[in-house]
Amino acid sequence: MLFFVVETVIKTIVVFGVFLLFCAYLTLAERKILGHIQVRIGPNRVGPWGLLQPIADGLKALFKEEVVPERSDKVLFIIAPMISVSMALCLMAVIPFGDHITLFGKKINLVIANSEIGLLYLFAFASLADYGVVIGGWSSYNKYGLLGGLRAAAQMISYEIALGLSCVGVIMISGSLNLVDIVKAQAGGHWNVIYQPIAFIFYIICALAEINRTPFDMPEAESELACGYNIEYSSMKFSLFFIGEYAHLMIVAAVATTLFLGGWHGPYLPSVVWFLIKTFLIVFFFMWQRGTFPRLRYDRIMMLGWKVLLPLTLANIFVTGLVMVLAR
Amino acid sequence: MLRPYFAIMFLMLISILFAVVTVALSHLLGPKKTTKVKSDPYECGVTTIGPTWERIPIKFYIIAMLFLVFDVEAVFIYPWAVIFKRLSLFGFIEMMIFIIVLFLGLIYVWKKGALKWE
Repeated sequence: MLFFVVETVIKTIVVFGVFLLFCAYLTLAERKILGHIQVRIGPNRVGPWGLLQPIADGLKALFKEEVVPERSDKVLFIIAPMISVSMALCLMAVIPFGDHITLFGKKINLVIANSEIGLLYLFAFASLADYGVVIGGWSSYNKYGLLGGLRAAAQMISYEIALGLSCVGVIMISGSLNLVDIVKAQAGGHWNVIYQPIAFIFYIICALAEINRTPFDMPEAESELACGYNIEYSSMKFSLFFIGEYAHLMIVAAVATTLFLGGWHGPYLPSVVWFLIKTFLIVFFFMWQRGTFPRLRYDRIMMLGWKVLLPLTLANIFVTGLVMVLAR
Repeated sequence: MLRPYFAIMFLMLISILFAVVTVALSHLLGPKKTTKVKSDPYECGVTTIGPTWERIPIKFYIIAMLFLVFDVEAVFIYPWAVIFKRLSLFGFIEMMIFIIVLFLGLIYVWKKGALKWE
């Protein structure tokens, strides 16, 4: 029991630290990748290749004045970014980022919480993170903020349904909600993307909308809403929204890896390395999207979610079920 | 049995601590020079007109209600999907009837124009 507690505490702290570091460096990666897509260099002043840029940004945010608008709901205004970031950071608990390793003769599973309801937990906490956005937009007493928050909330909940339903095919094949079991069921090259290619595409589209990225970055449409729900935020509270967003981005990519791309399975290299390679490939894909596609109109986004993706994901469940029943 | 939840609770604790500590730190470290103009709502330099907390378009409520219906559907499909291999053809047909009933609901909502944004 004691060993379990110590193991969990150390594992959680290490993973939390590494994950935060990844989130910080994703901001740099995004700026670099977007820069090169647009034939610019991107940040290159702070440290070699701008490698110290995230740290400089963090320190700067820490020393900035925090402005709390006079007429805002002050308590909610301060709580909103905290909800957003802490719920997004909680998401990594159930993601298996590697096979087990052996330390001091003890077998240590490379997952923080080997929960039986892992996938359900993920969707539950991803929904909680939406609260941060809508509360932040509403409480700041700003018209742009309110509009951005409402749009974000409506868009996120619309795509959450299709996101949840696109994973059902994987659950049917694996017969478990436990992400570790789902990864183990994909051993030997039986990646779910081979059996559920359409669900994978739907998942990626819904994931882009869920984390509010281009072409679905309506909530913070710079050209019409100035900045959307986080318009009144400054200093660390603004950074927390951003850390939350990047944490969510990485989790979404990690879940795609876990559910569809065989998780940590792969030849030669250690399991953790394979997991990170696949995850960052998907993250790169998301950033590539941002450099390539223009923003969709809001009504089109909602139409795509409700009238196209929802029926098609249901049809995917139907076809998967039919094939599995017939193939028995 | 409850072991995963200990880990999740611990992670939640660190995450919330991280959020609270960073906000508190920036509150302590940052300068505080509040002026009237600074604490006004930011609308690109134009003075704000009228109240912001007004009635919200009904569209958003409708979307939220539809979300409840279909998210509960999704949550209901999950346990079915987990034991799908053990359920035979019967389980498949039952779930398809359930999905079709809800799908008819979607078509009804669609025809009523609840999904239309103008």
